[in-house]
Amino acid sequence: MIRYIFKRLIVMIPTLLCITFLVQLFLAITPGDPARLMAGNEATEEEIEAMREEMGLNDPILVRYWNYLSNVLKGDFGKSFRTKNAVMDEIGKRFPYTLFLVFCSMALAVLIGVPTGIYASTHQYSWKDNLSILLSLFFVSMPSFWFALLAIQFFGVKLKLVPVAGVDTWRGWILPCVTNALVYAASIARQMRSNMLEVIRQDYISTARAKGQRERIVLYDHALPNAIIPIIMTVGGIFGLAIGGSMVTETIFGIPGIGSYTISALTARDYPVIQTSVLFLSTLHCLVLLLTDIAFAIVDPRIRGQYSGK
Amino acid sequence: MDNVLKDNMELNSDIMSWKKRSRFAEIWKRLKKNKAAVVSLFVILAVFLVAIFAEQIAPYPYDQQDFNNIYAKPSSEHLLGTDGLGRDILSRLIYGSRQSLLLGVFSTAVAAVIGIFFGAIAGYYGKWVDILIMRFFDVYQSIPMFLLCVTLAAILGPSLKNAALAIGLSMVPGTARMTRASILSVRGNEYIEAVRTINAENPYIIWKYIIPNSIAPVIVYLTMAIGMNVLSGAMLSFIGLGAQPPIPEWGCMVSEARSVMRDHGTLALYPGLCIMIVVLAFNLLGDGLRDALDRRLKNGGA
Repeated sequence: MIRYIFKRLIVMIPTLLCITFLVQLFLAITPGDPARLMAGNEATEEEIEAMREEMGLNDPILVRYWNYLSNVLKGDFGKSFRTKNAVMDEIGKRFPYTLFLVFCSMALAVLIGVPTGIYASTHQYSWKDNLSILLSLFFVSMPSFWFALLAIQFFGVKLKLVPVAGVDTWRGWILPCVTNALVYAASIARQMRSNMLEVIRQDYISTARAKGQRERIVLYDHALPNAIIPIIMTVGGIFGLAIGGSMVTETIFGIPGIGSYTISALTARDYPVIQTSVLFLSTLHCLVLLLTDIAFAIVDPRIRGQYSGK
Repeated sequence: MDNVLKDNMELNSDIMSWKKRSRFAEIWKRLKKNKAAVVSLFVILAVFLVAIFAEQIAPYPYDQQDFNNIYAKPSSEHLLGTDGLGRDILSRLIYGSRQSLLLGVFSTAVAAVIGIFFGAIAGYYGKWVDILIMRFFDVYQSIPMFLLCVTLAAILGPSLKNAALAIGLSMVPGTARMTRASILSVRGNEYIEAVRTINAENPYIIWKYIIPNSIAPVIVYLTMAIGMNVLSGAMLSFIGLGAQPPIPEWGCMVSEARSVMRDHGTLALYPGLCIMIVVLAFNLLGDGLRDALDRRLKNGGA
């Protein structure tokens, strides 16, 4: 198992190298000149040219990539074109916000989604089932940014229960986490319900029922453990979505996280910031995927057997 | 044992009826049983019609401003009222269906063409071709999808077309994976072996035999993808990297309404509802198609 984790971590290195190169390539072929943006409207051609030279934009892409990599290895992720601050400092400051947002939304989503899915599956075709299906369908299909805006309008502006923006107090965190969580909970609930229904149809459930086991125990001891394993994959996948989704949530709620930082950098073509945040968020994403696989192996004895066999 | 026998008989009758009727008629017959899917199909058709005939249906042009009549309440003149520039909201919503469908369909088409192409090659040829293509997609997919989407959209420059392209490109690995998995399950079958023995060429086999027999799950995936892409497109427009004002894209309209949410909340309400209805319809249709194409759940077995 340890060897497996180690191997996966090693494989992450070429992956991240490729990502940095891809981003570099994307940025290189982008129309638009960050030097011109930086220098402002009044700058002369010579000033822009000097700026370009200073920013290293005149070098061929491979040279630029090499410079970037060797700097990164030294721990230098470059300075923001706009603020001249070291990008890594900024990201370090903002990371806790993003992590907290994503983590809280995911935890909440699991806490809402899994029980709802189980409940719906054990009451199949009743109005309770239909209602939960309908609700989850709505949440899956609605634009989350729109839902967030309506929630702000209702709970923040009308009822004044929570602040309209900002996360200076714990109250400020409620809306971003809950609106995010509901959307993710809906897909978890859908998945959970169909897993449960699939498992309930298996022969070993019939066997358990045939030998006169109580329905409660059949459902929670025989069916649930088997139905919940695939949910780990779903949660891992949604975690990836949540990392991306945090960009919009942070922008709407005015949370100073990496997501909103990335979006503002993208519109301003702040290359070092874009590069570093994409690298950072992708690393986070890779780690989440790795954790998903590990969790999978821990709960599923069949998969655990595969690793320990080696 | 009994089950196996029953399955076999079902399969036989399945094959018999397959011969009698065309495949599409069979699928359509099963899809018809699913009310939600049928309703969704009609909703989608209706939205397409609205999009095509927007000029005829909409009471006003989407950019006609009327400064004497801003933030008008719903009336017989303006059924849903007007926005901050006095533009008729209903008309803008009607024109907006065009942008949203364009986003959804164009981006899915991009994902389908590139994804199926690479997925089919990887799945059919296997070996190093497979490894090379899938490794590349592994890397590609380590970037969180929406982040990739936003980055591509920003790099290509904010416009509706580029947003659609960005969404499509970020959906390519998923489509390719889906196609590949589906092809792997078909590749080993005897009929493929048989075509190969008569010396058919590879592209011919892929096009004529492999894709038709493995396309079903991909179609379900792509149907749902249209809905998801409409959603991503609206999100891109909302953060300013998609359609640009004054184009009446729904996400864009929510974004424009955001600054006046406090006093004119309904301005943001309608476009969001439109997005939701379209996405919901594509999701339900995808669900229905999956059940209709899945032989295991045949005859309402679920």
